[in-house]
Amino acid sequence: MTAELGQIALILALCLALGQAVFGLIGAGFGWGNWMAAVRPATLGQAGFVILAFLLLVSAFVGNDFSVQYVALNSNSELPTFYRVAAVWGAHEGSMLLWVLILALWSAAVALLSRSLPETFSSRVLGVLGIISSGILLFILLTSNPFLRAVPAPFDGNDLNPLLQDFALTIHPPILYTGYVGFAVAFAFACAAMIEGKLDQTWARWTRPWTTVAWLFLTIGITLGSWWAYYELGWGGWWMWDPVENASFMPWLAGTALIHSLAVTEKRGLFRNWTLLLALFTFSLSLLGTFLVRSGIIVSVHAFASDPLRGIFILGLLAVFILGALTLYAWRAGQLRSDAGFEWWSRECFLLLNNVLLVIAAVLILLGTLYPLMLALMKLGTISVGPPYFQLVFLIPVLPLIALLIIGMHSAWKRARIAPLRQRVVTCLIVGALGAIALSFVYTGRVRAMVLIGLLLAIATMASAAWVPFDYRQRRVPMPRGALGMAIAHFGVGLFAVGAAVASAYQIERDVSLAPGQSANVAGYEFRYVTMRSVEGPNYHAREADVVITDAQGGLVTTLHPQKRTYLVQQQPMTEAGIDVSWKRDLFVALGEDLGNGAWSMRLQYKPLIRYLWLGSLLMAFGGLMATTDRRYRTELAQARAETTVPVRP
Amino acid sequence: MIARSKRLAGVVVVLVGVSLAAFLALRSFRENLLYYYTPTQLAVGEGAGNRAVRLGGMVTHGSIVRQPGSLDVRFVVTDYTRSVAVRYTGVLPDLFRDGQGVVVHGHVKDGEFLADEVLAKHDEKYMPPNMAGKVPPPAGIQK
Repeated sequence: MTAELGQIALILALCLALGQAVFGLIGAGFGWGNWMAAVRPATLGQAGFVILAFLLLVSAFVGNDFSVQYVALNSNSELPTFYRVAAVWGAHEGSMLLWVLILALWSAAVALLSRSLPETFSSRVLGVLGIISSGILLFILLTSNPFLRAVPAPFDGNDLNPLLQDFALTIHPPILYTGYVGFAVAFAFACAAMIEGKLDQTWARWTRPWTTVAWLFLTIGITLGSWWAYYELGWGGWWMWDPVENASFMPWLAGTALIHSLAVTEKRGLFRNWTLLLALFTFSLSLLGTFLVRSGIIVSVHAFASDPLRGIFILGLLAVFILGALTLYAWRAGQLRSDAGFEWWSRECFLLLNNVLLVIAAVLILLGTLYPLMLALMKLGTISVGPPYFQLVFLIPVLPLIALLIIGMHSAWKRARIAPLRQRVVTCLIVGALGAIALSFVYTGRVRAMVLIGLLLAIATMASAAWVPFDYRQRRVPMPRGALGMAIAHFGVGLFAVGAAVASAYQIERDVSLAPGQSANVAGYEFRYVTMRSVEGPNYHAREADVVITDAQGGLVTTLHPQKRTYLVQQQPMTEAGIDVSWKRDLFVALGEDLGNGAWSMRLQYKPLIRYLWLGSLLMAFGGLMATTDRRYRTELAQARAETTVPVRP
Repeated sequence: MIARSKRLAGVVVVLVGVSLAAFLALRSFRENLLYYYTPTQLAVGEGAGNRAVRLGGMVTHGSIVRQPGSLDVRFVVTDYTRSVAVRYTGVLPDLFRDGQGVVVHGHVKDGEFLADEVLAKHDEKYMPPNMAGKVPPPAGIQK
């Protein structure tokens, strides 16, 4: 029964989503109060039914109901319960259901927290969200239904892909989706403002916290994915420029540009059209990401669907949403422009440059991601664009971006005074130069100009960010949370860059063949392979090695236990790396294969400062969180509460 | 008037920046395009030269030979029309085995393909591009 109930719940959710769209947009268009009054209940009802459908699918997984085809293909009675829940979003159908669930939760949050906004505006926002929900729900019901029955029901399931049986990966999809689906809210706010024909600084203030929260989830989601790829994909890489990674990174870049341009629109009322356009593009890139991953057009570790109908359907949705929004923009943007000018030497100008550079980065990555697809579609041969391209085109805009960040953080709105700015920037650069030289001495690898420049800028950014709170103290001005968040996030950018630069420039990697008792030396650490034994897991066998690591002085560092697992159902081998984590470096051992006579091939790695890369990313997200808790957004809410106690329409 | 010339200057700066970035990007683009060949294409002489290319196909059954005591391995990649011998030194991926679809990165030298990277996708249903339809999928996959 659960499957049928789930199906019905999805259909009812679709009906309510359509109602949400119609009541919201038409009601607001004609100013019909009773239609607009129906929007919030429709939104909450839609969310309720989507939650119900999702819980029913979860219960089918937990209860091992293999008569549901999707469960049979992605779960198994031996699978631990925790992973059975995670298996819900382990393949195409369930992850689309997760997508629509998260959109429904965002919509419900907007419905509940938007009571302070004018009624026509909030109805339009919810109406636009209703259109998006309807599209995705229709997609699920027509092409990707997770509730289809398998006849006859198999005795046991096919199991979850072993790669996905991992903690980071169970929480990676929900968090990542919360991020990039969350940009739908900014998109809906932008569409509503265009329909309304009115966009002012208050609009930017309403939009900002929603956008920042979506952005911080996306940041955490991407970080988790990178961390997972590092330890679970087996070979110690943290970013491969895989098309699917790019699919999540492009909305991140556009979203980062958006939160900065929203700041200008809120504070100074400038760049309105640009902000609107960015809001549209950010969500469009999220949809494009969904298309790339879910259509199966790209062969990648993440891509599971290969049904052409699904690709065409998502492409159609993409076209409708993007063309619809752009038409609206072409029609209305002219009315929204602001004629105020700005000075060259001002914070708004730095933020404009930030936007230009971030968008250039996103466009160049988009080019590299789509170009092979275009060629393949035109039957011009199969090519791929290698990581060196992406590394280069990413660094071209990002190095000047970081350099500008060092100055921009300390420049004032409207017109910055140059003398104190120069003194500060010079101090930060000196700190950066000293730090970069010191790090190059510590990690006596090859000193490369690029690495040195990167480290200099990164450390100078950290210095510049750390200066912000002292500045407020010196001027005896209370520091708003927004400024604190800004400083923390930018400190994170510097920390990330230090980790990324050192870990990629000074890492050491060796593939070796070791027999028991033999050892190999990597970066002054001695890796000695002692013995191999068998280990039984709940749904796998494993061979587990003891690898003893000693440092240059002969002191014991640690014993690592890398494993080679074979999952029983799919008979798929998996490498579980052994990693020794510390603030200074990671030591990494992955088992290759049995070479006979007790010898194994192994990959040994030394990764200096790699932890700072993820720590820096998390600091960026934490900075975003700080900024959204700023007083001025809370006053907005408090006002809203005060207003709701007063009858609005007597 | 000042606002207009300022805007004009802004547009010029952005245009110069964008074209510089585009120029650098396109240059690195050409250098970093990785061509992909099937064994048949390589066997008739396409993709020869020092340029690194990718080769995709299936590992021929029984063709994997290891050099004892080292990480050297030789195997044959086929598209069931022609075959190419591959040499590689290093750790092989988890799913590398007989009959598995693989993509190898490297270059052709003296009729042999010297690989510096071997990829076997983490999906048993994976087929290298252009191979789908040429071979039946491995047994035991229900869909």
